[in-house]
Amino acid sequence: MRGDEGMTTVALRINGVEHSVAADGRRTLLEVLRDELGLTGAKRGCNQGVCGACTVLLDGRPVRACLSLAAACAGHEITTVEGLTEGNELTPVQQAFVEHGAVQCGFCTPGMVLTATALLKENPKPNVAEVRTALSGNLCRCSGYRKIVDAVVAAGGAR
Amino acid sequence: MSPYKNQVGQSIPKVDVREKVTGRAAYIADLSRPGMLHGAVLQSPYAHARIKGYDTSKALAVPGVRCVLTGADFTEHFMGAFIKDEGPIAIGKVRYVGEPVAVVAADDERTARRAARLIEVEYEELPAVLTPEEALAPGAPLVHEDLASYVKVFDAKFEGNAFSCTDLSEGDVDKAFAECDVVVEGTYETQAQYHLSLEPCGALAEVDANGRVHLWSANQSVFRVQANVCESLGLPMSKLHSMTPKVGAGFGNKMEAHIQPLVVALALKVQRPVKMILSREEDFEMVRARHPFKIRIRTGARKDGTLLAREVETLLDGGAYADDSPGVLGYSLLMARGPYTIPNTRCFGRVVYTNKMRFGAFRGFGNGQVAFAGEQQIDEIAHRLGIDPLEMRLRNAMRIEEPWFGGQQVNSNGLAECLEKVREKSGWGRRARPSRPGVKVGYGVAACAHISGLLATSAIVRMLEDGSFVLSTGATDIGQGSDTVLTQICADALKVTVDNVVCATPDTDGSPYNWGTTASRVTYTTGRAVAGAAEDVGRQIKEAAAKMLNCPVGDVELRDGGFIGVKGSNTTLPYAAVAGFTHWASGGPIVGSKSLIYDAPTIDPRRAVAIGLPFTRIGVFSFNALVVEVEIDEVTGKATVARAWSAVDVGKAINPRLVEGQIEGGIVQGLGFALTEEMVWDGGRLANPTLMDYKAPGAVDVPYEINSIIVEHPEPDGPFGAKGVGEISLVSVPAAVANAIFDAAGVRLHKLPMTPERVLTAMLGAD
Ligand code: FES
Ligand code: FES
Repeated sequence: MRGDEGMTTVALRINGVEHSVAADGRRTLLEVLRDELGLTGAKRGCNQGVCGACTVLLDGRPVRACLSLAAACAGHEITTVEGLTEGNELTPVQQAFVEHGAVQCGFCTPGMVLTATALLKENPKPNVAEVRTALSGNLCRCSGYRKIVDAVVAAGGAR
Repeated sequence: MSPYKNQVGQSIPKVDVREKVTGRAAYIADLSRPGMLHGAVLQSPYAHARIKGYDTSKALAVPGVRCVLTGADFTEHFMGAFIKDEGPIAIGKVRYVGEPVAVVAADDERTARRAARLIEVEYEELPAVLTPEEALAPGAPLVHEDLASYVKVFDAKFEGNAFSCTDLSEGDVDKAFAECDVVVEGTYETQAQYHLSLEPCGALAEVDANGRVHLWSANQSVFRVQANVCESLGLPMSKLHSMTPKVGAGFGNKMEAHIQPLVVALALKVQRPVKMILSREEDFEMVRARHPFKIRIRTGARKDGTLLAREVETLLDGGAYADDSPGVLGYSLLMARGPYTIPNTRCFGRVVYTNKMRFGAFRGFGNGQVAFAGEQQIDEIAHRLGIDPLEMRLRNAMRIEEPWFGGQQVNSNGLAECLEKVREKSGWGRRARPSRPGVKVGYGVAACAHISGLLATSAIVRMLEDGSFVLSTGATDIGQGSDTVLTQICADALKVTVDNVVCATPDTDGSPYNWGTTASRVTYTTGRAVAGAAEDVGRQIKEAAAKMLNCPVGDVELRDGGFIGVKGSNTTLPYAAVAGFTHWASGGPIVGSKSLIYDAPTIDPRRAVAIGLPFTRIGVFSFNALVVEVEIDEVTGKATVARAWSAVDVGKAINPRLVEGQIEGGIVQGLGFALTEEMVWDGGRLANPTLMDYKAPGAVDVPYEINSIIVEHPEPDGPFGAKGVGEISLVSVPAAVANAIFDAAGVRLHKLPMTPERVLTAMLGAD
């Protein structure tokens, strides 16, 4: 980024690959992912930590990339939606989103998929209430949430 | 090979769903071009001020800044769907806080934003009008001094700041009121709601060596983008190539222009690609929002519950530019009678300029506001007469053959079935109100109709060399799934599976005209064009096959799975053989097309009088009934919807799961409108332009149990009988919730949103 002083280089491990990126004290993980590394799956919905569209996993836990300073993510394992699968495969969560019609515009989808992935890791068979709570920080303006909740419950295999 | 199934009526996954779950789908912010610059905008700090001058030197001195444009760089060209009153940027004066005053292009976004803040503008503040009442006061300052001379696309009635006034009437209202045994009267108020498409608005423009502009933007119509950019910049349409990436939802805010003209102007000036993506705050402050309504309404009935008369007067805050306001006003008045037999109805409304951001199209298009008022009055009358509110609606429901208010013929009407279905599924007849300590429980019902239709659309279907097909319609899929639905219609009409048809991305160079993804119209209007184009292709396939088989055309038919068969025999030809024949031997490649415009008149002059109505051909009618179960916390006043049952007559569900998605999504957006969402102004400044301060529903705020019930009364000329579903489920929500609050707590709310404070205040007042 031109015109900014105090640039340092940070080593980030993203989707299993080491990247060396330029970051000043203010640069967010979201800016690095989107603008520098071309990982555009994480979306900028609000840039204020409210909508969840920028969600990525940090050591398996969902975090808001728009609030995370890139420099503070060094030494952690970062997973974005691009890193969930290889090639054209889908994870069980992604497959369930396809089958349950949980996607409309899709802008919330990467964040939802990652949040759900983290939930299922911690709680492999969540019920409806647990899924709703886990997704409560991810806004979706299109779906009414019902089909997203159903997809996540189905991906966990509980009912 | 599994046997071929009809493609229409199947819940096929969306054609773009894999792109979206893998994060590969590219939205406007994800696009990039070589040498691309980034744009940023400077917004007005004043609600109303004359611009005396600009000093851009400090901004231009910032390293990395390539260009600054202000109002001084633009000549006066105007855009506007109904009244051409809006330039690409403030010129001469600013009319609302947040209005774009200057724009910058720089090497990166941060630099552009920093530079924009360094532009100095000298203003002379003018008195502002911040409410419709202030704007209508005698001697009020005019927001647009030149309103009279603006180009208008309809016979607008206007005066002062009131830029559109509409009158509609049918029957003898005064006489009918005199015959009523019960008359209820009230005033209602609705708030500004923010669309909150999760994707903020943005655009990317690039100029080629011939001076032609290539533009990608978040949109609901590549053709409206083309028209708005060309009108506001004075460009010939052939110079502007408008395209679409994936769109992160619309709901109305991306139908007309946002920042596309500014981005094109920057690209033309610097001759490099320029991208600008709004921040959430900017998107809040300068795109558009749902109109605040003030509604005075009176409804009368006989003792037996027969509705006789209704009178409605509305006053809409239009904001600083006309945008879609005349349409919203006219349409809301057409809907204000509701889906009932009320032989005597009179409606009058005005929409007024104020010094706030523009208000425009938003899912429901004025219908939800008038339903909030009108559907509460149906309940009040039922209550006064001791009639069950759902029964009251069934008794007065428009009969199947009955015309709409204004006289338009209605050719399919599933209202009664919708009411019966929600009555049955919700257990309405035996509904208990198991009020727990501290919680009051109530049930509410509301019903409505909504159109799908309006204006022109077209489709082209081409057969490729191997017998598969490309479908082009120019309709932007904003997430609702129209690419999938149109593909299903095309595939089914040609008796192939959806994977044999690809839906092309809208592009003004390559796609035939489509007015836009709005007015719940794509399935119905574009679907008709697609079915027509596919039929045209089917006819040509048969002609070519007949030539190949040396038999009369009447002897061949399309067969399931992509074959031509000879009637009464097992002889078949695969489409691939026909495609090969036409491409390489005889006849030429097969291209089918269909163009149409919705043209059934809305007003029958023998029945009704309409003055200043901008839409005179609106569309076909879908119907809806909604029951909600509401719980009210007696301590806080917080109303929560625990369960909902929504039945929608969609004619025919081309893809039932996508229909459910529309119903569920509409209900939840309606719950935000009903209960929590409100844009609040502090003077001329929007006080809550952030998601922290503007409360949209999250997963835990809405019922899990939303029961979507699909009712199918086929529309005679709809594709496979289908009509629209995009907006209707939202319309009934505020009214149904208000009726449930009355059922639970015995209080009537006249103002949206029905916040805990308002509910509690009403409850305390009632005790
Ligand atoms: S963009 Fe990070 S939470 Fe909205
Ligand atoms: S699908 Fe559009 S925001 Fe969730």
